[in-house]
Amino acid sequence: MTVTSIRKDPEALTMTINAELDATVERAWQLWADPRQLERWWGPPTYPATVVDHDLTAGGRVTYFMTGPDGDKSHGWWQVLAVEPPNRLELKDGFADDGGTPNDAMPTTTMVVTLTERDRGGSLMTIESQFPSLPAMEQLVSMGMEEGITAALGQIPGILADDITTP
Amino acid sequence: MLTYNLMVVDHLPNVQADRVFHALADATRRDILLRTLEGQHNVSALARRYPMSFAAVQKHVAVLEGAGLVTKQRKGREQLVRGNVETMRKAGRLLEQLEAVWKGRIDRIGEMLADEHTGANP
Repeated sequence: MTVTSIRKDPEALTMTINAELDATVERAWQLWADPRQLERWWGPPTYPATVVDHDLTAGGRVTYFMTGPDGDKSHGWWQVLAVEPPNRLELKDGFADDGGTPNDAMPTTTMVVTLTERDRGGSLMTIESQFPSLPAMEQLVSMGMEEGITAALGQIPGILADDITTP
Repeated sequence: MLTYNLMVVDHLPNVQADRVFHALADATRRDILLRTLEGQHNVSALARRYPMSFAAVQKHVAVLEGAGLVTKQRKGREQLVRGNVETMRKAGRLLEQLEAVWKGRIDRIGEMLADEHTGANP
């Protein structure tokens, strides 16, 4: 399992992650399709996720909450936009209030997940996240801080790296 | 979605984040920024480096200034521009942290799949 590339585009507000999985496409699909498996990777160990509803059909909803070290809970939801098992999943990910009702004032992220068979065996998982706006990205970061804080902080930000030599 | 309402560490106010990313979306502005992070430059000297008018360069500098990426100081008839290192660090953290969230998730997936191969875990 390796993250083979991550592309961040500050103009398009997208982030595309490619990862090679040591598993068949059918197996990898279960990471999303089986709520018990989803719970094991969606949240960090300090904020494990509990999936409540899980209807992975077009128009269906997935609801979940994450529990912090002090017992604090943050609720989230997915709206499934399109699904083609075991290759493609398109969803909207957003926040909910304590009762699990979607909070429309909070940012949502649209994600497209694709799973394809690799010639050498295993599968390639691509996750393209489309952020609605820069403030929304900023908000997401501030919420994901406990995990993001471990990110290596370069002297020159990653956003500039690609273009650093352009005169 | 990760945790809500916690641990907000020196992040940019929303409006400023917008300005920062807009400012960085242009190659000339990124170049101006890199030069001014290395040292102070006056606007006229900067303008000579680019195939565009002094006014156009001045406008780029103003966008960078509005985003808090550079500061401008008047010294006699010269306008000196200096990169704001702290704002740059914050902007970089924004994307790095979103990336880190997903790296964490993919690491966990990798562990799950590896455990299955070794039979260590259900």
